[in-house]
Amino acid sequence: MERNQQRRQLAVMRQSLFDQEYLDEQFIQLEELQDDANPNFVEEVVTLYYRDSARLIQSIEQALEKKPLDFSKLDGYMHQFKGSSSSIGAKKVKAESTLFREYCRVGNGEGCIRTFQQLKKEYTTLKKKLEAYFQLARQVGPAETACRPK
Amino acid sequence: MVESGFSSPRADVFPAGLRVLVVDDDPTWLKILEKMLKKCSYEVTTCCLARDALNKLREKKDGFDIVISDVNMPDMDGFKLLEHVGLEMDLPVIMMSVDGETSRVMKGVQHGACDYLLKPIRMKELRNIWQHVFRKRIHEVRDIESLEGLEIIHMTRSGSDLSDDGSLFSEDTTSAKKRKDAESKHDGKDFTDLSSTKKARVVWSVDLHQKFVKAVNQIGFDKVGPKKILDLMNVPWLSRENVASHLQKYRLYLSRLQKENDTKNSFLGTKHADSPPKDSAGSFGLKNSTNIHQNDVSCGSYGFPVSNSLVQNIDISGHEGDQKGTASVPGADTKGALSVDVPGPHKATCSQMCFDRSFAPIDSALSYASFDSTIPTGYPWSGIPEIQFSQEGKPLDLDNCFNQLPLPSPQRHSQTEYRQPPPPISSRPSITERDVSTSVDVKPSFDDCRGNCINHYNPFPVQKSQTLTSQGFESISATTLNMKGQGVSLNCLTDWEPVQKNVNWGIGAPFAPLDEDLQVYWLQGDCYAMNLGLQNLDFIDYNDPTLFTEVPSLFYDALRFDHEPLFDPAESSVIDQGLFIA
Repeated sequence: MERNQQRRQLAVMRQSLFDQEYLDEQFIQLEELQDDANPNFVEEVVTLYYRDSARLIQSIEQALEKKPLDFSKLDGYMHQFKGSSSSIGAKKVKAESTLFREYCRVGNGEGCIRTFQQLKKEYTTLKKKLEAYFQLARQVGPAETACRPK
Repeated sequence: MVESGFSSPRADVFPAGLRVLVVDDDPTWLKILEKMLKKCSYEVTTCCLARDALNKLREKKDGFDIVISDVNMPDMDGFKLLEHVGLEMDLPVIMMSVDGETSRVMKGVQHGACDYLLKPIRMKELRNIWQHVFRKRIHEVRDIESLEGLEIIHMTRSGSDLSDDGSLFSEDTTSAKKRKDAESKHDGKDFTDLSSTKKARVVWSVDLHQKFVKAVNQIGFDKVGPKKILDLMNVPWLSRENVASHLQKYRLYLSRLQKENDTKNSFLGTKHADSPPKDSAGSFGLKNSTNIHQNDVSCGSYGFPVSNSLVQNIDISGHEGDQKGTASVPGADTKGALSVDVPGPHKATCSQMCFDRSFAPIDSALSYASFDSTIPTGYPWSGIPEIQFSQEGKPLDLDNCFNQLPLPSPQRHSQTEYRQPPPPISSRPSITERDVSTSVDVKPSFDDCRGNCINHYNPFPVQKSQTLTSQGFESISATTLNMKGQGVSLNCLTDWEPVQKNVNWGIGAPFAPLDEDLQVYWLQGDCYAMNLGLQNLDFIDYNDPTLFTEVPSLFYDALRFDHEPLFDPAESSVIDQGLFIA
């Protein structure tokens, strides 16, 4: 059945997100929080994250254009961003954030800029993947989206 | 955002219903935490700004059990919020951050966080936060007991000097002790007895506590901070943490007393219609009824829980001119708090009676009076004379005071009714001023005081407030400074000094102007103090098997006394700012 196929597809999609380390166990925590009272909880949280973090991304971008670089400010932004990203379990994005902060700490502007580019890539990739995931999940039906961890 | 509605926690199913306030500027985390906490069956309220959080906390001081806050927030440093909450509300605070660096965690603990969680936070970590609430309650109860213990000691010491009063004391002492023992047993599974638990912590002896109080007074309640106190106290082995935690308890104690006062006050029927108390009415039961003229002074009603003593509501509105002293002295046996409206001078800061050693403890008279059930009815204000409870060891030289108290002479300001000569104090053990300070122990006599009412140490030295009236007597140290009023009471202390000159305090001072005798003029805003009603006694019901459930009320009560402004809001803002400005 198509429905079953979709379910399987969804499961595969989900698993690959973990396998490829786009997501970590925090995402599972979110899934576990989803219930009848909040049947779309995970999607809501992810949407909220992307909306809120977009403005942080922009602030960082602007700050990176200033000369000279204000590392403590950059670090502050990134700290916030990292905290936010940890909320949905965005593993790769988080890793890039940590690296970025390291470069800030040592005052390596080049490193910061490079890392930020990478971070944005990961950020956007994850966003696309999650969007596809939720779209499928909605088709499959709310009960199917939360896959209990093995 | 979930509005918890500030309902009382369901103690019977603790920890379910635990009321949590979550503060985080990250909306994603706020949503997640809210959901997680709800899954734990907690009542959640969320805030994305620290200031909002503080406002919420202040609005309903007993509306929350625990606060969880992020460290990095745009409007206020999380550590600062932590300090405010700890000082003002004495709630357990958990910090959160994505940064787990040791130095940060250490800083959190230093600022008083009871836990520090790293993001991403797991459900299981949140499930256990109730332990912090529980732990605090238990510690608090124990601390109160230890404080009471101090008071009991005081009382017993002087109790022996008293004739019939002695019996009062001994009864109280015994009962208090019984309560204490019961309490120890009650929560004593892990804690052996009070003394042994004390071993692990600093024992706040009478002397030490008095040093503490003195330092607090000196600094000014609104500016008080553990470090400052510590510096002033000059006790080498004492740490800042010791002082900080003691300060918290002290505030709690004061606020409880205030609450007690509140309840008691409600019994007092005196209403002073002519001067509708502005805000104080709200807060101090009866006392509020006293006229509190907000215009220039803030009248605080100072109420002491008085079991059957008289007067409970002495509204002395002696204030610069426009108050009418409606000192109504309710008949004796009202168990109410002795409320004295003391309009304070404009700058009055402290409306509380400060039992400060340094001040002529007229207050002690007051306080005594209130507690003393033997206070003759005739003296409205007289609570003072009754220093039955001579605070142990501190002979308050009330004799002088009272004897000299002019009887109701035309008051400058208030027409307090109680212009009666205070009952001869001679029967009382004389209490020297200095000693008075700690003792205003209100323990006592009130039958109604459930529990130990005022066993807590008198944070402020008793001041003889003989005449405070027009002079703008400022600080009458109330034994209980309520928490909120901390700033307030301190204020009064600070202002006290200048006022003191004007006021006829104490011993030997001609109390001429004193007819109001005990008109305690509270400086504005700081009236909180007085309202330490017996309300707070509730929690002291150690024998209560449902102690556990009581405990929360205890701290809720303590915190409950909050914003009801006693005085002119404009004035109170000073106080408010003093301590709370972020």
